[in-house]
Amino acid sequence: MAKEWADMTPDEKQEALIARWMAPKDPQIKDAIQMKKLPDRVPVFVAPSFFPAYHAGITPYDAMYDYEKCAKAFRDFVFEFAPDGNLGAYVPGPGKFFEILDYKLYSWPGHGVAKEQSYQANEGEYMTADEYDAFIEDPSNYFTHSYLPRVFGKLDGFQMLPVLTGIVEIYGVAGNFIPFALPPVQATYQALFEAGAEALKWAGAMGGFNAEVITAGFPLIAAGFTKAPFDFVGDTLRGTRGVMLDMYRCPDKLQEAMERLVPIMIKMGVGTCMMNGHPIIFMPLHKGADGFLSDEQFKKFYWPTFRKVMMGLIEEGVIPMPAAEGSWNTRLEVMSDLPKGKTMWMIDNSDIFKAKKRAIRFVSPGHATGGEGLRQKTRRRMCPGRRLHRE
Amino acid sequence: MAGDLVNLLADLKEQEALKVVKDRLAKGEDAFKILEDARKGMEVVGKRFAESRYFIPDLVYSGEILKAVSELVKPKLTKEAGTKKLGKVVFGTVAGDIHDIGKDIVVFMLDVNGFEVHDLGVDVPVQKFVDKIKETGAPVVGLSGFLTLAFDSMKQTIEAIKGAGLRDKVKIMIGGGQITEEVRKYTGADAYGKDAMAGVSLAQKWIAG
Repeated sequence: MAKEWADMTPDEKQEALIARWMAPKDPQIKDAIQMKKLPDRVPVFVAPSFFPAYHAGITPYDAMYDYEKCAKAFRDFVFEFAPDGNLGAYVPGPGKFFEILDYKLYSWPGHGVAKEQSYQANEGEYMTADEYDAFIEDPSNYFTHSYLPRVFGKLDGFQMLPVLTGIVEIYGVAGNFIPFALPPVQATYQALFEAGAEALKWAGAMGGFNAEVITAGFPLIAAGFTKAPFDFVGDTLRGTRGVMLDMYRCPDKLQEAMERLVPIMIKMGVGTCMMNGHPIIFMPLHKGADGFLSDEQFKKFYWPTFRKVMMGLIEEGVIPMPAAEGSWNTRLEVMSDLPKGKTMWMIDNSDIFKAKKRAIRFVSPGHATGGEGLRQKTRRRMCPGRRLHRE
Repeated sequence: MAGDLVNLLADLKEQEALKVVKDRLAKGEDAFKILEDARKGMEVVGKRFAESRYFIPDLVYSGEILKAVSELVKPKLTKEAGTKKLGKVVFGTVAGDIHDIGKDIVVFMLDVNGFEVHDLGVDVPVQKFVDKIKETGAPVVGLSGFLTLAFDSMKQTIEAIKGAGLRDKVKIMIGGGQITEEVRKYTGADAYGKDAMAGVSLAQKWIAG
């Protein structure tokens, strides 16, 4: 009888997830990740951003508003270039859905940027520096009442919602539901119903794409994504400027918030992988790149919680796939402190030779079996990863 | 005393620096002299950045401290602080691109190195560059862009500058994460800067040299 999930070792969990994954046409992907034996060649796939749209002669606007056209463009792209795996057709996303909710975090084609261009992030201090305590105390509650209404115009009714953990016992419980009778809250729910329906429509087109492409032998490379805590705070809560100032002005709060995010980011990654029966989780990395932090700051603020998230994922058999966007040459040494055969990297503009050297040191005979205290090196160039869409 | 503020700012000691400024103002010291020390401190910050001893967060933080110093000092300034500027530079992120971090860093570095920078912001229409060059007579133009779409916007901006008969009056630099010599040729710019300091060197060469 098969072992219960909870009784499995991380290695067994990884094997089980890989087995549940679309049986790879090319087992070299598994070899390249696990590093138990050298693959004959490096598996290749591409994170193409909007290239499939341009290549098909449609605009990013078309790809975001006509889901069938989008799926066809990405399908044709995969069949034409025949990579060893594919990243799905999720990059464009549903334009109408963003419109329904009045999404402010991004400007997208036809909505703040030209129809011929990719969407771009609108950075800002969506969380102010004095709100760290509220976030740390109850991240979900903070998201509901403060963050989400700020980044989605139509969710401002959320500000009036009750604190859900206050709904206990019989006395007074009904009082918590009064907000749902108020017009702003009802308007927010109306928008949510519409947005949900639109998301479902989009998911249908994506599902059709996945079924066809995966069956044809191009496995989906990642189940979903999670983030490094520093990027979570810096990208979308505090903004680049905000998070940089926080390192000087309130370093303890920043650290505490990032620690608070560690289990949340692990759960997000593991949950997505379990739901999809897929071992790999994408992690777009932004603000730890060369120059964005000093070495000292990287070691103090970026790496520890990022590593904790990866180790938590690995513990559950999940394979983190960090995309080190930009150049990370000065970070390679620090980032190689990870167990063997558990991660997969996109290295973008980092020095390919330096990165490869780490991989070779890692698989050299003396290190092949690993061991206690041995600094393990995992660095594979799985793909000529380009930045996906931002910064 | 004067050295204190220069060093405190250079070492990014926000609270101490602001305290020194308050003390000096309380003693009735000339506000202009305080601002001048702050500027010297910023020069050191720029130098350390150029030497890779400081990084982007240090620049951002020093800018915040300077802002706080200026806010304290400004009400006491009798006349606009008139340090002589080296020369004018028109700067902006080109049309279609809304990225500002890289642009802001170069603008900041040009500013602390003594240039008068006219920052047009992000997603700047072609005509706005042309108008600003005419208005200021700036001999140097900086075009920033992060996305690959910026290549065409840069090219169009430079063509418009040419169309307005200004091309031989200005030197144009471009910069951004994806910019290479190939891109420079494509856009018709005079040079590209790999980082903020390269931008400063170009401006110095073109204006002073």
